[in-house]
Amino acid sequence: MIRVSELTKDYGMRRAIDSLTFQAEQGEILGFLGPNGAGKTTTMRILTGYMPPTEGEATVAGYDVVSESLEVRRRVGYLPETVPLYNDMTVFDYLKFMADLRHLPDAEERVDETLEWVGLEDRAEGYIGNLSKGMRQRVGLAQALLHRPEVLILDEPTIGLDPGQVVEVRNVIREIGKERTVLLSTHILSEAQQLCDRVLIINKGRIVAEDTPANLQASLVGVERNLLRVRGEAEDLEEKLRAMKGVSKVQRKEDGLFEFHYAPGQDIRPEVAKMVVNAGYDLLELRPIGMSLEEIFLQLTREEETVPEM
Amino acid sequence: MRNIWTIAKREYKIYFNSPLAYIVMLIILGVIGIIFAYNLINLTSNPFGSPEPPDISIVTGPMAFMFVFSVPALTMRLLADEQRMGTMELLLTAPVRDWELVTGKWLGSFLFVLTIIAVTLIFPLILHNLTTPGIDQQLMLSSYLGIILVAAAFLAIGVSISAMFSNQFAAFFLSMGVLVILWFLIGIPAQLFFSGGDFFRYIDMNSRFYDSLNRGVINLSDIVYFLSVTALGLFIGALAIDIRRWR
Repeated sequence: MIRVSELTKDYGMRRAIDSLTFQAEQGEILGFLGPNGAGKTTTMRILTGYMPPTEGEATVAGYDVVSESLEVRRRVGYLPETVPLYNDMTVFDYLKFMADLRHLPDAEERVDETLEWVGLEDRAEGYIGNLSKGMRQRVGLAQALLHRPEVLILDEPTIGLDPGQVVEVRNVIREIGKERTVLLSTHILSEAQQLCDRVLIINKGRIVAEDTPANLQASLVGVERNLLRVRGEAEDLEEKLRAMKGVSKVQRKEDGLFEFHYAPGQDIRPEVAKMVVNAGYDLLELRPIGMSLEEIFLQLTREEETVPEM
Repeated sequence: MRNIWTIAKREYKIYFNSPLAYIVMLIILGVIGIIFAYNLINLTSNPFGSPEPPDISIVTGPMAFMFVFSVPALTMRLLADEQRMGTMELLLTAPVRDWELVTGKWLGSFLFVLTIIAVTLIFPLILHNLTTPGIDQQLMLSSYLGIILVAAAFLAIGVSISAMFSNQFAAFFLSMGVLVILWFLIGIPAQLFFSGGDFFRYIDMNSRFYDSLNRGVINLSDIVYFLSVTALGLFIGALAIDIRRWR
């Protein structure tokens, strides 16, 4: 549904994105992850027909974003990062205006349906200028969903929302992502982890990693990390753990709390549990901690910095 | 066409929520009202028999003059504010062509100015009832056609300049500057140069209104001229938006 090939955009002398190539299929939620200024918004603006690329090609729903921009815009729903809205209009009037620009039949019914979908039906007659940040975000989302687009492009959709609203918005996105293509950008890594089928990590305009969140973790970490908690100080447990076959690293974090690593594929957790009980300790907790996307992300973007510039 | 109408409708409504638009409307109607009343008093209180009754150009003449300063106030916001608020991103990613957007904005402001012009129709109506055998209808038609054409051209210039800025005050001052040049200053070289003044004479807006339409002379060339300026303004506006995209 989204095909991007060698996409490059320069702002004057500054290269915002550099030869990006990626794809997103129907029914897929693709996460675009990167620090501020990495080129996420630029890429999205090119895909929505807001601005043309300097070089490279992109097609959305089978149409070229430059030569068939209007066809692309008909099929894309877009929520810009800043959620620009007309403060002097009511929610209903604004959405009706956008629906009219899209020539939707039964525009008013469609607006009502969409308002219900994003949970704003009771604010329809309120002025947008009086809405909270979370409400504005939902109005922006409603605008992007009005025409039930084939492709949905969301720039930081949950930024500035309270935790309850974040969950709601994520649920809406997940529902849409079942049938349609969703490209969303975020710098909240746990969000990418929870929502996305595939994650694309972008830094300084380049793709530095692309995989499912789970694979990214496995490939980058190389070890299984586990946390073990027992009652008491358990000072001697560190030695005992280290003596076990397969354990590669042990670290005593505080009284009774240890982190230990073992190579993937050889799960030694049952042996560890037995050992702890045999040693006379009360086993309180034994769980894998995995490497968080935060850490992966930092690692990748740091690696990028140490690679000499061409 | 549908998109143009959708955008125009929204703009038209916004004028009625905007204090600035009401102020512009009040000033135009107020000044014309005063000039009109002054002329009427002269007409009725003249002790030396019956003077020449005023014709309708006493309404349309000052109105054109005031458009030079008030049209920039009506158009400055149109596209510059979309740019400033970021809502341009919504419009440019909606399935709307650049020229449809510009034309819709222009049409919204044009309808608002037409509304002001429509209110001034009360003056010829009064004049018609006070004079015998009534007002010169050919002059009336021509003057009002003239003022409508002037408004269309002025607004198109204002919209095109609004498309170039994200600061509405910059758009205001540049629009006013361009209109002052086209309305007042172009006529100077047109009179100074007897040879080579043809070009200036051709683009002199002022004389095309005051020396012809506002005197009851309907020339096809004047109509074509004002419509061309309007079209050119809208074209430049659409171009300005396209250039912004490529930057």
